Amino acid sequence: MIQPVTSAVGETTGSPSAKSAGPSLVAVGQAGVAVELRGLSRSYGDVHALDGMSLDMTPGELVVLLGPSGCGKTTALRVLAGLEDADSGQVVVGGKDVSSVPTSKRDMGMVFQAYSLFPHMTARDNVAFGLQLRGQDGPTRRKRADEYLELVGLNSQADRYAHQMSGGQQQRVALARALAIQPKVLLLDEPLSALDAKVRVQLRDEIRRIQLEVGTTTLFVTHDQEEALAVADRVGVMRAGKIEQIDKPDIIYSAPTTAFVAGFIGLTNRVSGHASDGIVSVLGSNVPLLPGSPTSGGVTALVRPEAIRFTPSTMGSGPGTATVVATSFLGAHGRVQARLADGAILLAQMSVGETVALHPGDIVDVAIAPSRVLATA
Amino acid sequence: MSAGTGQAGPAEAKNFGGPGDTPVDADALTQVAMEYPMAPEIAAGSAPRKLRAAARRKQAIIRRIVITLVALFMILPLAGLFDFSTRLLNGKRTWRSWSTVFHFSQLTAAAPDLIAGFKITMALCLVTAVLTVALLVPTMTWIRLRAPHMSKLVEFICLLPLTIPAIVLVAGLGPVYRGIAHTLGTGNIWLCFIYVILALPYAYRAIDTGLAAIDVKTLSEAARSLGSSWSRVMLKIILPNIRAAVLGASFLTIALVLGEYTVAYLLSKSNLSVALFNLGLSASGDPRLTAAVSLILLIFGFVVMFGFSLIGSARREKKVKK
Repeated sequence: MIQPVTSAVGETTGSPSAKSAGPSLVAVGQAGVAVELRGLSRSYGDVHALDGMSLDMTPGELVVLLGPSGCGKTTALRVLAGLEDADSGQVVVGGKDVSSVPTSKRDMGMVFQAYSLFPHMTARDNVAFGLQLRGQDGPTRRKRADEYLELVGLNSQADRYAHQMSGGQQQRVALARALAIQPKVLLLDEPLSALDAKVRVQLRDEIRRIQLEVGTTTLFVTHDQEEALAVADRVGVMRAGKIEQIDKPDIIYSAPTTAFVAGFIGLTNRVSGHASDGIVSVLGSNVPLLPGSPTSGGVTALVRPEAIRFTPSTMGSGPGTATVVATSFLGAHGRVQARLADGAILLAQMSVGETVALHPGDIVDVAIAPSRVLATA
Repeated sequence: MSAGTGQAGPAEAKNFGGPGDTPVDADALTQVAMEYPMAPEIAAGSAPRKLRAAARRKQAIIRRIVITLVALFMILPLAGLFDFSTRLLNGKRTWRSWSTVFHFSQLTAAAPDLIAGFKITMALCLVTAVLTVALLVPTMTWIRLRAPHMSKLVEFICLLPLTIPAIVLVAGLGPVYRGIAHTLGTGNIWLCFIYVILALPYAYRAIDTGLAAIDVKTLSEAARSLGSSWSRVMLKIILPNIRAAVLGASFLTIALVLGEYTVAYLLSKSNLSVALFNLGLSASGDPRLTAAVSLILLIFGFVVMFGFSLIGSARREKKVKK
């Protein structure tokens, strides 16, 4: 059973439910606190890494900040951790303004992009390090360290040093170390980016499982959209030091509010059409428009590949048809590229059966599913 | 067919496959090589192995020659020193100087300044090494974390003492030492300040190498996020991970202090080297005793070096065993 520990600032983290928890780690849930970032700004010379960024996180929530390199997501996380000072704005954790509280007193666990295990300590000693700083005695530290190593599935590696572990194992230990102090907030700064694809997916799912069990409010920074959509309660897409849109992963994907978000998350076809009364007519199909789209006139509709279907044409070439230029098999599904009469290339994602039935040079009819799309003028 | 026996030359090629197998000729081998990329290596047999073995033998011989030459270079002067310390002018052997060295009362009587010089030099070694490490490690860590743009400037400043002759350094620091004499006293121990400056170039290089081998920023941020103070970050995280570099810097500092003569002499201070030199000059002094003590000091330096080296490797072995 994982018991609450005295925090760096002398408080006790963990809810009453955590204290009375049984053997299940899930019982430690509710330990999270609300986090608010209010109007954060941070400049490096002429570069505005954060430009009045604001974010509210509810207790126990996992928010992923996603965006291209240089958008300010890591700076936001570092400001929350206290590793960087904001030029202006406030960091409020659990209702308290901690903007001027040093890192060591903020009581936040952090997993870094680079491997950060202390090389001269074993995995157990790494996990116990934060507990030692909180004045726990040796046997208690050891017991708790073993519990957290078990949580990340590495209790058999407790006596190993960092150089004796793989990258994935090191990041797991780093996660256990960050969680062992039962932090108010867990901060994950691209923790999976140094790992290979398979380990990344495994550890990603594990992080989500553990976060749900422990219930710590978590801010996760990544530039990998699949990772973001897979683990987040909410995804905040950042651009130029601000959050462009923040919402549930499915909403971010299916109802982007800006062309940047639509373009950054997933694949998008840009198709010319004509809008009127909240409907856009593209390639012979009428598709409802998302709020924020122009309501009339010529527009460019941003259509997801999975909303497009190519079927062998029964009428030959003409409006609403295209010529297949390439097909690709991606395992669970396939992708087909077809050229429209105006030379534009459309990408469709279809079932494997539909994909293998098409060949380069085939004339196909284009159909667009009537799910709502965003359009730009 | 056993293709592994392909070391056979063209004459033996017919027996390649052993009894019962189809004879193999060179053309057939070429054909195999073209069809199977691994075949040429197999067909070539142990010829490369022989070449590699010959190369290894050659390297071993060169290694032994180099080691022997280096050993001679190191040992011959020491042997000469030892010979001088045990030989009278008439060519006869005498162990009087060594007897004096190993009898404290005799040594104290023969060279009273030597014992005082030894004591102060040992104290200077300790104080200088501690001061150098205490000055450089936090400074260099801080520069890596907060002011990396200043690293070149600091490197330049630390290397500067290499380019300044001791006499210039002493002339420049004369007024400073007059101030020190007024405030702290005239004790020889205060030579530690100028020795720290002299040790900077060597200690800087050693510690810089150690810090470059670890991710100082991430490790310190990880420790800070877990609740560690800066002092604890330095003592519990940075120092243990640059232990070998700190030992190296300490050794270089100690080696420098053990052999330092010019600055101490020019500042009218005394240390072991000055005492040794004065002993050699004095009318009552025995040059053989000076040579014996010098040899002892050199051996002491080697012991210190191996001691530091052993401490470092013992820790590494302990870590690997765990």
